[in-house]
Amino acid sequence: MAQLALVIDLNVCVGCHACVTSCKEWNTSGQAGPMFDDRPYDENPTGTFFNRVQTYEIGTFPNTETLHFPKSCLHCEEPPCVPVCPTGASYKRTEDGIVLVDYNKCIGCKYCSWACPYGAREFDEKQKVMKKCTLCVDRIYDQNLPPNERKPACVMSCPTSARLFGDVHDPASEVSLAIRERGGYQLMPEWGTKPSNHYLPRRKTHLRIHEDELVRADNPLKKEDIRHETSKEVSLDDWLM
Amino acid sequence: MHPAFSVIFLTTLIGVGQGFFLALFTVESYATLKLIPQQDHVSFYALGSAISLVFLIGGLIASIFHLGHPERAWRAIVQWKTSWLSREVIALPLMMGLVFLYGVAHFFNLDVNFLQLPEFKGQLTLLLGILTTIATFALFICTGMVYAGIKFLQEWANPITVVNYILLGGASGFCFATLFAVFQAPDLVLFYAGWTVIITIVALITRGFSLYRNARLKYSSNIQSAIGIRHTHIKQKAMGFMGGSFNTREYFHHATVFLFKSIKWIFLILTFLIPTVLLLMGLNGEKNLLIAAFVVQYIGLLFERWFFFAQANHPQNLYYQTV
Repeated sequence: MAQLALVIDLNVCVGCHACVTSCKEWNTSGQAGPMFDDRPYDENPTGTFFNRVQTYEIGTFPNTETLHFPKSCLHCEEPPCVPVCPTGASYKRTEDGIVLVDYNKCIGCKYCSWACPYGAREFDEKQKVMKKCTLCVDRIYDQNLPPNERKPACVMSCPTSARLFGDVHDPASEVSLAIRERGGYQLMPEWGTKPSNHYLPRRKTHLRIHEDELVRADNPLKKEDIRHETSKEVSLDDWLM
Repeated sequence: MHPAFSVIFLTTLIGVGQGFFLALFTVESYATLKLIPQQDHVSFYALGSAISLVFLIGGLIASIFHLGHPERAWRAIVQWKTSWLSREVIALPLMMGLVFLYGVAHFFNLDVNFLQLPEFKGQLTLLLGILTTIATFALFICTGMVYAGIKFLQEWANPITVVNYILLGGASGFCFATLFAVFQAPDLVLFYAGWTVIITIVALITRGFSLYRNARLKYSSNIQSAIGIRHTHIKQKAMGFMGGSFNTREYFHHATVFLFKSIKWIFLILTFLIPTVLLLMGLNGEKNLLIAAFVVQYIGLLFERWFFFAQANHPQNLYYQTV
């Protein structure tokens, strides 16, 4: 069975929050109704979001590195939030592995959010139901959109292509290849939740340049005026002369 | 976790209701074995069942305030195969129904001779009592497992959580029964007070063990596993928003360290120490002392439950360290 997921490349994420705002824009205008916002233009604005970008500092000054870390529902293969739901509102689709909430069945008991170690679920204070990332399920199957736009809104908006979308169960997919070849990993593997979303680690790119690559040692066309030092000692030529 | 008052009142009120029913049925079982005299059907058992039911209904009403959509609460019975919460939602009305039947059978002094023993009176209420006792313990286990079943809330994920729910509910129920006996069955005051003291002391040992265990807990998750970066120095610089969210409201208790630590001692004193002293002082039937014992213990349990929730440290908090 397919398992759709996101693969997030931490090496290229610049922390611009475009995925956060485009996610909110798409999902608040969707058929599931708006995502609650409280005091949006006042002090302490708060509201429901499916996706957040956080920032971490790794190392001690001055040897530090900044990590921007987008975080949304990981669509676990063993989602701990699903079996605890008393109503069956929280479910995992068998056909594509997306974990969804049926807003018409949810009673708003918040127990599923307690059972998610990642804090991926947010309670909508207006609709009084639990909400979470849907992987833009209303977008990725939309036949009215051109095929290259049938991707989650966050993936479409990412200016650095830090977000890849695809089927992690298909070994030939772009996301599987990225996980395989670029060290894709899961968050909190200790709980056995098997998150489908993977993260690609930061990488150090070192370009090793040797001195003789900067100056052309062989210098065939005498372009660079390279004069090799001559020996001070007596050579065969001196002796012959 | 953020302690929600709806859940604090739900768990403490049904605990009293459950424990009080067990106290009533303990007397019936003892009386059946002729260890203590039988009590009046109406003024003791029927009235007692009604009061137990009031506590259970009180808990049910408190739980409604926890739900976003209480009008759909009936849906919560469907996932009993996987969800302890669903099982609790089934066990609570089941127990309430059985307590009601138990009270009705006593009120009308109904009896059925199941065993074909004409001398053996009260077989129907005894059978209903056994069934209700099973339902009571099933409800205790469901309530405890709702919390003990979430394995990454490590403060809760232990069988001791279930044991604590049973013993704390039992202690408060028997404490209320002592108070009830002062008015309805004065000869039982000593019996109930004795059991209350015993259960309270055992509960102190098990609750103390969970405090001891939690103080030495090693968390499985840390910031390294949370974001998957292997480095000893990782500090969050931004959680992605400034005005708070569900994640900052639901999982943090927002109490100062001083208040948090004080509440631990407050609940230990109010739930265990003072009620035990008051019960021992009130053994001669001094009403005010026994009333105070129950009231103090119930208030202590509210603090105990607050602390129970506040102490649980959710791994998602690793993602929400700095605004």
